[in-house]
Amino acid sequence: MTPSVLSVKAAKLELAGRVLWENLNLEVNPNEFIAILGANGSGKSSLLKAILGQLPLSAGSIELNSKKIRRGSRRIGYVPQSRQPETTMPIRGKDLLWLGLNGHRFGFWAPNKTSKAQFAHIIEAIDGHDLQNKPISEMSGGELQRFRVGQAVISEPDLILADEPLSALDYNQQSAVAELLKREAKEHHAAVLFVTHDVNPILDMVDRVLYLADGKFRIGTPDEVLSSETLSELYGTPIDVVRNQGRILVLGAHDNHDHHHDEEWS
Amino acid sequence: MIFDFSNYDQLLPLVTNSLIVGAMLAIVGGLVGVFVINRDMSFAVHGISELSFAGASITLLVGGNVVFGSVIGSLVAAIVIGIMGAKAKERNSITAVLMPFGLGLGILALSLYEGRASNKFGLLTGQIVAVDDPQLISIAVIAAIVVVTLLIVWRPLTFASVDSEVAAARGVPARSLAVLFMVILGLAVAASIQVVGALLVLSLLVTPAAAAVRVSRSPFVIPILSIAFALISVIGGILLALGSSLPISPYVTSISFIIYLLARGISWVRNR
Repeated sequence: MTPSVLSVKAAKLELAGRVLWENLNLEVNPNEFIAILGANGSGKSSLLKAILGQLPLSAGSIELNSKKIRRGSRRIGYVPQSRQPETTMPIRGKDLLWLGLNGHRFGFWAPNKTSKAQFAHIIEAIDGHDLQNKPISEMSGGELQRFRVGQAVISEPDLILADEPLSALDYNQQSAVAELLKREAKEHHAAVLFVTHDVNPILDMVDRVLYLADGKFRIGTPDEVLSSETLSELYGTPIDVVRNQGRILVLGAHDNHDHHHDEEWS
Repeated sequence: MIFDFSNYDQLLPLVTNSLIVGAMLAIVGGLVGVFVINRDMSFAVHGISELSFAGASITLLVGGNVVFGSVIGSLVAAIVIGIMGAKAKERNSITAVLMPFGLGLGILALSLYEGRASNKFGLLTGQIVAVDDPQLISIAVIAAIVVVTLLIVWRPLTFASVDSEVAAARGVPARSLAVLFMVILGLAVAASIQVVGALLVLSLLVTPAAAAVRVSRSPFVIPILSIAFALISVIGGILLALGSSLPISPYVTSISFIIYLLARGISWVRNR
């Protein structure tokens, strides 16, 4: 059996006196695509931050490739939300990709054969030939996210963390970006942890679901976790999971603690 | 008469030190400016320069090394702004609070100072012939530290400036780099004050880079253009000032402003 890429053991995270999750055990295998679901504030993004070593665990441990995690890693690719970057520099699509390859390197660095091949491969994969010289500030949300996925996978990481990468995209763009991420992850046997509030665009590609709610969680296949029975038990209140034309709708899930959404695609 | 170039060949040797210092500062300003633009810190540069001015004025008053004083002032401001103003919104207000305080402190020290009046004025608006050998050496050391450090951290700092979240995930020490950059910026400001003066540091540390990003999108061409623009401004400014009775800074700032206008014009024509 291949060793797991990521190993979360008896992990607990407490923020400002509130337990987001505890006794969390998760073994992530190469090639696995895991969706992390839950209401706002349930600790989805905090889990990614903990894996990146940016939030210290209250208990337990996290290992990446059998080594204790540190602050960030070159073996991790990261896809953030679709928002414009902070800089006022005219950064182009291809600059974004190169930063994914060499952005962590100090001192002098010149592209070699391998890196040039990786760049050529990714530009092809994200269909970025015509866009590579366009400043990212002028790109649409979908175009930018294609380059962001490209940046995350270009260095062939073992683990890809994606934090709501599809938010603010329309449905076609969502599928395109998600397919791209899945395909490129598979190519190098990378595992994916995909935080999202809407599982539908990625429902076909998800191997397992981690559902976080009220300090508790469930892990399993989408069919196991996304059922009325499981979620009712998890929330301790009746939840209806409705399946309609291949889409899943969770009703009544977040009434207690999320007043913005009485119901949510989940 | 504003210009009189009749004794130019005799005057030129007097400003050799200034020209060398000017060239070094142009390289420093051109390179640092790229990150000032990248990290959106133009206003912070102004704030740092006022505290640097205060440091320089105080050392002038008590009879110390002026470059040393301005470095201390710069670093204090840079680190305060860097730590307390990690977020862009807070940074502006902290800068705005520090700036008048530094300026006031500097003016206090200068009004108590009883030495040559040109020394006083020079810290605010720049000077040309006043660069002596010890000053030249200290500025050269600062310039070398700034340029070498910047070249080493260039890519990680770019990554952290473009998207600190992604850079941090990839293991780039984004926060340490942010503080390091403030130190670099502080040193660059302190060195620049010696020639262009506290009020006009922006013309060296911001305008050339701001012009460069108007005419190029390449991460390689932008710093080269930025240095070239800064060099033209400083060297041109010194040479013009030499033939006139006016201080150096109006020339430097005018040239760099004209370059910026031209750059905007070029980008406007291109995008039409």
